[in-house]
Amino acid sequence: MLRLAPLIAIAVLILPISSGVLATLLPAFGWFPALGGTTVSAEPFRELFREPGIWQSVWLSLKTGLLTTMISLGLVVAFFAAWSGTRLFERMRHLVSPLLAIPHAAAAFGLAFMIAPSGFLMRLVSPELTGFVTPPDWQILMDPGGLSMSAGLIVKEVPFLFLVTLAAMPQARAGDFHRVASGLGYGRMAGFVFTVWPQLYPQIRLAVFAVIAYATSVVDVALILGPTSPAPLAVRLVGWMGDPDLAMRFKASAGAILQLGLTVSALLIWIVLEKAGSALLQVCSLSGIRYLRDGALRWFSGGAMALAAVLVLAGLAVLAIWSFAGYWAWPDAVPRSFTLKTWMRSLDAVSGPLWITLLLGLAAMVIAIVIVIASLENEARTGRTGGSRSLWLLYLPLIMPQPAFLFGLKMFFLAFGVGTGFAALVSVHLVFVLPYVFLSLADPWRAWDSRYAQVSATLGGTRNDTFWKIRLPMLAGPVLVAAAIGFAVSVGQYLPTVLIGAGRWPTLTTEAVALASGGDRRVIGVYAFLQMFLPFAGFAIAALVPAAMFANRRAMRA
Amino acid sequence: MFRRTVIKTLAALLPAAIATSAHAVDVSDWKSVEEAARGQTVYFNAWGGAQNINDYIRWAGDEVEKRYGVKVNHVKLDDTANAVSAVVAAKAAGKDEGGEIDLIWINGENFVNMKKQGLLLTPGWADSLPNWKYVDWKNKPTITVDFTEPVEGLESPWGMAKFVFFQDTARGIEMPDSFLQLVDWTQKHPGRFTYPAPPDFIGSSFLKQALTEVVADKSVLQKPVVEGKFETVTAPLFAALDRMHPNMWRGGRTFPKNKEALRQLLADNEVDIAFAFSPAEASNAIANNELPDTVRSFVFSGGTLGNSHFVAIPYNAAAKEGALVFANFLISPEAQLKKQDPEVWGDPTVLNMDALPQDDRKAFDDLDLGVATLPPSRLGPTYNEPHASWMERLEVEWTRRYGVAN
Repeated sequence: MLRLAPLIAIAVLILPISSGVLATLLPAFGWFPALGGTTVSAEPFRELFREPGIWQSVWLSLKTGLLTTMISLGLVVAFFAAWSGTRLFERMRHLVSPLLAIPHAAAAFGLAFMIAPSGFLMRLVSPELTGFVTPPDWQILMDPGGLSMSAGLIVKEVPFLFLVTLAAMPQARAGDFHRVASGLGYGRMAGFVFTVWPQLYPQIRLAVFAVIAYATSVVDVALILGPTSPAPLAVRLVGWMGDPDLAMRFKASAGAILQLGLTVSALLIWIVLEKAGSALLQVCSLSGIRYLRDGALRWFSGGAMALAAVLVLAGLAVLAIWSFAGYWAWPDAVPRSFTLKTWMRSLDAVSGPLWITLLLGLAAMVIAIVIVIASLENEARTGRTGGSRSLWLLYLPLIMPQPAFLFGLKMFFLAFGVGTGFAALVSVHLVFVLPYVFLSLADPWRAWDSRYAQVSATLGGTRNDTFWKIRLPMLAGPVLVAAAIGFAVSVGQYLPTVLIGAGRWPTLTTEAVALASGGDRRVIGVYAFLQMFLPFAGFAIAALVPAAMFANRRAMRA
Repeated sequence: MFRRTVIKTLAALLPAAIATSAHAVDVSDWKSVEEAARGQTVYFNAWGGAQNINDYIRWAGDEVEKRYGVKVNHVKLDDTANAVSAVVAAKAAGKDEGGEIDLIWINGENFVNMKKQGLLLTPGWADSLPNWKYVDWKNKPTITVDFTEPVEGLESPWGMAKFVFFQDTARGIEMPDSFLQLVDWTQKHPGRFTYPAPPDFIGSSFLKQALTEVVADKSVLQKPVVEGKFETVTAPLFAALDRMHPNMWRGGRTFPKNKEALRQLLADNEVDIAFAFSPAEASNAIANNELPDTVRSFVFSGGTLGNSHFVAIPYNAAAKEGALVFANFLISPEAQLKKQDPEVWGDPTVLNMDALPQDDRKAFDDLDLGVATLPPSRLGPTYNEPHASWMERLEVEWTRRYGVAN
């Protein structure tokens, strides 16, 4: 049974994606009989490249993706190097963890209202300090360079990388290395970067790749904070895909292939950067310099981390105020009146979607966890890892631009009569949930010290004993974090839910995005709260359960 | 054993299923339509971005369930084109029966596309509905011609739309009375006007309004674009836009996403003018605390665009009869009255007051439309929507000129 697990995992990923990709590739080369495309040609691509500003869009996506990843990862590394093992680190961990549960769109809305020229920060100081009677005509949001969009992504990717790194930390024995490094006279940060980081990075590398793929193809954050003329490639892609002029589908499919190439290029560039970074690290560590004077950098990293967390949390707090606001005029820092109307109307409509979201997330998460653990355990027993090929398989759902591959998948489902039932929806969520669960669990699982298993075997424990009594409890923390991530991923899915569920399974996210198209900050405030409540509860459980389980086991406290 | 039972059951069910979905619907035999509709669930695909409209749809659904046993499920779309895509996908996959969409809220470009692709229930059914007798198709030409495309009963009217502007009178700024005046206005008030970027529906509508005003011979817009003539016809429009853009919000380098974003800019005092395609929009926004109560509507005295919006049934709908019953209820005096109530939605009726029973007519007369809503008598002349090909060409040309502003 266990031996089948990797096959099941492969089937769950490869079947929907390959059919989806095929149904994207064919129209990209002009083949889509239902729309009158019966000849194979490169015309869709020619049309795509004639599109004004297309290369600007590509450059924008590439730049944003790489910049976002570099800054997010840099912040996380610096913060771990500067503060891990301190009390401030623990405090920050509690501040940052909930951020992961916040949907990207909600965080982006909150951030947008904080930093806009008519936003909350400006209202605090206007007109008294600034003299602005009307909001200044400044390009802060949707700036052509995509900086505010990058900021919106960074505040969400930092918590993700933070938690993934945290999950890998216990394997890295940071405390021991820190003592050795400081014994040799190295500064705190340098010691960490030279000794612990090289062990950590391979474990979180896949998560970093996922960040790159996500940031190069994001749609919802780009719609809220990204530039409009031109917009990043993925946004234009979705526009063409949804254009009433159905002939645009060909161009959209070609664009989806271009998006795929873009994301792959970003990954390749990143791999080159990795090599350069590793060489640089080697030069620095061999130079003999101890880098003792890192005080300023330490405080900078702590400050930047806190700023990222505070901006998002404050943004959400302000959205929460909006959800109770009457008319809230510029330049008032608080609304003139408050009302419960928005909440009452929304709660009335929300109970159905709430249940669907919960059941869908739990179903996908449980199936994913079982498949992933079974695959990993099988790998541990047989010693056969899937190799790099199976890793690339895991990347596929994270790299494929969602709209194109899902449209193809929907055709596939319709053709085979799978329809729009709950099971079909769970299976599509699984495509996205499974990789994230795998990515976040594989490395801690593999890095588990197998000498425990040897000890167990020496004491007469069977392999099942070892699994249930030793390995699983020791890895309970990472398993629960992976489960919470899987659940959060499911809650956040928009396009798969709308397309495959045909709108018959409304979730909090599909309702929120539909309402967000109406732009009312009050309603967005209500839904942002509800939308992050579920994943937040998941992460709270992931944090509290191991703590309770191991309350009397000092060495198990991470 | 189990498997055999399942197959037998399926085999027994199959002919019945085919029989119910494949038989042609005869709208003239309304009794049998109502009978077949009882127990059906109608998946109504409609834009879900406004809570007041969602609430109205829920009310209407509850009513038809009570009265006709038809359950209505509102599938909330963020873009109607997604529903069109779904029908296309179904047709491509050969799913000509039991489709997942029974009714779509639609008009204009989406309708033209579905009609041309043969994605709608035929033959035309809308003018055979029992409540059609109340519909004002004689005086409201946009009910029978949707964006110059003959409707031919393939969609049933639901409401009327008129292009209106709004401003905050508390700011005491004089408003322009035509597109060209607006261009001059932006020179006096730099950074205080913008419009949603086409192909957003309202952004494109603004372009069509502007084009209709500046074009010398308006009749050319009622026919498809003639190759080679597009540049000459639209030259005055783009000359005016070239002049206006540098004086717009963010220097015309960034545009809001849609009319809701534009309305938010008005509320945040970033711009001074917003617009929409619904005369009640401003009153609604005031009622929802989205705009201050000093906001008022205005139109250009020369005229503004007007159109109608509809509901249509896809050719492969699973619950055709239920969809017909619901569409018929939507044009009942009762449903139309509630829809025009600004406390509910405020969407103007498609009905002919003279055709209504005395009581219903009085109820319409007694409606208080709201402080910021212009009564029908003050909505000014109506310009017809240009042929859909103009919008397509305008959007392409706009993107070519201004889509890459940075």
